[in-house]
Amino acid sequence: MRFASKKQTIEGIDEDAGISLLIVEPEDMWHANNLIANGDVVHAPAFRKVTMTTATGSKVVKNVRTNLSIQVKSTFFDPLASELKVSGTVANENDWVSVGQHHTLTLKYEKADIKFTIWKSEGWDSVAKQSLKEALSEDRPEAIAAVVMQEGLANICLITEFRTIVKQRIDSPIPKKRSTAKESSGVMSSFYDKTLASLRNNIDFSIPRTLLLASPGFSADDFRAYMQSEASRTGDKGLQKIAREAVVVKSTSGHVHSLNEVLKSTQAKKIVQNAKFATESNLMDQFYDRLRKDDGRAWYGTKPVEKAVVEGAVGRGGGVLFVNNGFFRSMDVATRKRYVGLVDKVKDDGGEVRLLSSDDESGKRLESLGGIAAILTYPILDLDEDDEEEEIAADPNDGDMII
Amino acid sequence: MSRHQYIRNLDYGDAVDEYEGYSEEEDELSPEDRALMNQGTADVQAALGVEVSKVTVAQIEEALWHYYYDVDKSVAYLISKFVNPRPKATKSAVQPPNADTAGPKTAAAQPKKKGTASTDAATTGMEGLKINDAPLPKSRNLDVLSELEKSKPKKSASFVVVGHVDAGKSTMMGRLLFDLKVVDQRTVEKLQREARTEGKGSFGLAWVLDQRPEERSRGITMDIATRRFETEHTAFTILDAPGHAEYIYNMIAGASQADFAILVIDASVDAFESGLKGQTKEHSLLIRSMGVSRIIVAINKLDTVAWSQERFSEIKDQMAGFLSTANFQHKNMAFVPVSGLNGDNLVQRSSDLAASWYTGPTLVEELENSEPSARALAKPLRMTVFEVYRTMQSPVTVSGRIEAGSVQMGDALLVQPSGQKAYVKSILANEAAVDWAVAGQNVVLHLSHIDPIHVRDGDIICDPAKPVPKADTFKLKALAFDILMPMPVEVHRGRLNQAGKIEAIPALLDKATGAVVKKNPKIIKPGMVARIVVKLESQVPLEAGQRVVLRSGGQTVAAGLLE
Repeated sequence: MRFASKKQTIEGIDEDAGISLLIVEPEDMWHANNLIANGDVVHAPAFRKVTMTTATGSKVVKNVRTNLSIQVKSTFFDPLASELKVSGTVANENDWVSVGQHHTLTLKYEKADIKFTIWKSEGWDSVAKQSLKEALSEDRPEAIAAVVMQEGLANICLITEFRTIVKQRIDSPIPKKRSTAKESSGVMSSFYDKTLASLRNNIDFSIPRTLLLASPGFSADDFRAYMQSEASRTGDKGLQKIAREAVVVKSTSGHVHSLNEVLKSTQAKKIVQNAKFATESNLMDQFYDRLRKDDGRAWYGTKPVEKAVVEGAVGRGGGVLFVNNGFFRSMDVATRKRYVGLVDKVKDDGGEVRLLSSDDESGKRLESLGGIAAILTYPILDLDEDDEEEEIAADPNDGDMII
Repeated sequence: MSRHQYIRNLDYGDAVDEYEGYSEEEDELSPEDRALMNQGTADVQAALGVEVSKVTVAQIEEALWHYYYDVDKSVAYLISKFVNPRPKATKSAVQPPNADTAGPKTAAAQPKKKGTASTDAATTGMEGLKINDAPLPKSRNLDVLSELEKSKPKKSASFVVVGHVDAGKSTMMGRLLFDLKVVDQRTVEKLQREARTEGKGSFGLAWVLDQRPEERSRGITMDIATRRFETEHTAFTILDAPGHAEYIYNMIAGASQADFAILVIDASVDAFESGLKGQTKEHSLLIRSMGVSRIIVAINKLDTVAWSQERFSEIKDQMAGFLSTANFQHKNMAFVPVSGLNGDNLVQRSSDLAASWYTGPTLVEELENSEPSARALAKPLRMTVFEVYRTMQSPVTVSGRIEAGSVQMGDALLVQPSGQKAYVKSILANEAAVDWAVAGQNVVLHLSHIDPIHVRDGDIICDPAKPVPKADTFKLKALAFDILMPMPVEVHRGRLNQAGKIEAIPALLDKATGAVVKKNPKIIKPGMVARIVVKLESQVPLEAGQRVVLRSGGQTVAAGLLE
């Protein structure tokens, strides 16, 4: 994303004039989704179906291209198509629509840069500014393609800096070995065939792109070998190159959440220059390690984290606050303010704030913790003290267990 | 077989108004059919009570024949037809099974289409079933439980073979099958020759079970292999599991089908110690948490340490200690010193003098001593699909183990989670066609009236009257093997393997009483028992009492029992 005007800066935001941005790549729509919150006003080009009555009384329905300002009621982001649908009521009337009519704007990347303008209902707070900064950053690494697979299951993913998009999931039952059926190898190659076809359909390899193949066991190796044999069979130079450059990584399963370990593996680290992912993933690992040790420095859930932040325990010297960025999008104004308050407090205390998106793997881990977690600078042990602590001394009896 | 059935069905759909040759049909009845017919006739007469005078024996027999000896349906039909005749309009839709005596020859000559159509008309009219273009498989409506009692079949039991990588699981089972003459000399020699040419001399016996080319070229087992053998009293099913940690999901699938387990341990120097840290430990924990309580420890490769009794005792003591911490009871453990490659103490006693100190039972004797767990015969049908494939008999052939209840030919079934209905065309148990099968048996079902896309590995086949519910969120009592907290996990139940996450941990429980010790604990430490809520990515058939295994990052983190 880019500012529409060269004079515009993040620091010098004129609240009344709003901020005008240009959509320059499909990934921008994901950022736009983070920027636009309910209650904001968005001005963007739109198509509107208008019924007109001619002089003779006949009715004509026309699709009119116009610019509309709407007050946002809800947003919907389609991750596969990279389209953002913004619904709300029209805020400024023009020849075609009157104030208060409903409209849904579809923002997406097109050949010509699309310009849209945002007015924040509550002004640009620190969280909004951080999202804007991320949206405007220019040196983006190229998205990585990855196939996470096991026998009979393959997930075709595209990993960008901010999110992991599962483009397609291929699930085909593989008949297991049995003395009567010799068809197993045939089925495996038809599975690889399907996977390869959908990999090439879903991911554009015309630009140089890293391909990671991950699986437990040998599926990934076999798939790569299959790609190579297909390439030499059909004489497809492009495929040959893809197969040659593909990196095979071990994972513990073929499910998408294994991507986490895949991206942390040494083979992948060498090629994946995804600094954001690496730091976030490391911090999450740190958090989980502390939680494992139960040393009182890792807490999750809104209540304990809020208490810790208020005490100033998330501050200089290792304090990290993790918040799911979805929190700031869908919440009512009061709740949003509360979380923004937490973020600002941590920043003032000198701690680190990480807004993770639930579209990437670290964010998914955070999501399972309830969307908010913190690493404290010093241990606090009783943040959940409203629980009745009635630990019964576990007597080591040798009776049969309940499970 | 199926063709013959088809013709029979055609027969009765056709309304050929001929009475002649009735005796011919009687002649066609086999002695069993005759017995069933007489039994059925008596039942129908009893059911009809005073109305019996309105119906002749011949009509009853026709009705019974038409409904495959289903007394209730025959009675319903006879009442509507002869006792309280309905108006003509209905009758024309309901084709009576008029003495169709022409036999298969005439029917075969009839155009197919017409035959099927009228069969359908009959079924639709009488039972309100949906119209299909193939006849429903014939059901004999047996009372399976009483049949079971009558037939007193051989005990059937399945066991899973587990252990660390390269402990010699497949080789030992190959040898066992060879010694029991399930596999003949020629096959083994051929395999050994092939193995030698590939430079894997010692793998010949393992190749009896490892049949996939990938498995052979890599010299490892990747998936469960199933083989059967019979001893004097019991029909056994071997489930040979892979040892590699990466294929543990296949091992879980195998263990979920087993009554007991053989844990193979490599006794050679250092191999036991590294195994104990590796898969020996994880497999033992897994099989115990999958509900297998009887374990036979085969201490293998003792020939490489000159049948040292000290080595055997050392391993035995360590393993007994470890297994009892894993909740195996001492009376359910057995230890046998064996050599899988040479076959000592598998079927025959070792002839090696160095091994003469061992006087206990051989592996096969230990297997025979093992009592399979009690079967839930009277419960509604549950069968986990182990694999789905295509055969000559049916494009949807499923194999698996019946976990509860019974199934017979012609039964209507429900496949969950797809919710599709199917019919049993035929059943294979121990590679022979049977009319019915009960819980505990590993069977192959040929299904009809269902599309292959609705059946996949890990599905549950159940009784349509009492289907297994499906859900994506479930609560379970879990025993933690590693630290548990809200995190992504993979859920394994038999063949099923689904990604999900631990969503909440509502309570920490007391290990023995199940009482709540602490509410909403932050984390669960290894060895503790907790109630946890798991959410899956999609809906799966789940039922209270099922056992699941949770894994994360290639480690088994917990095992649980659904609530």
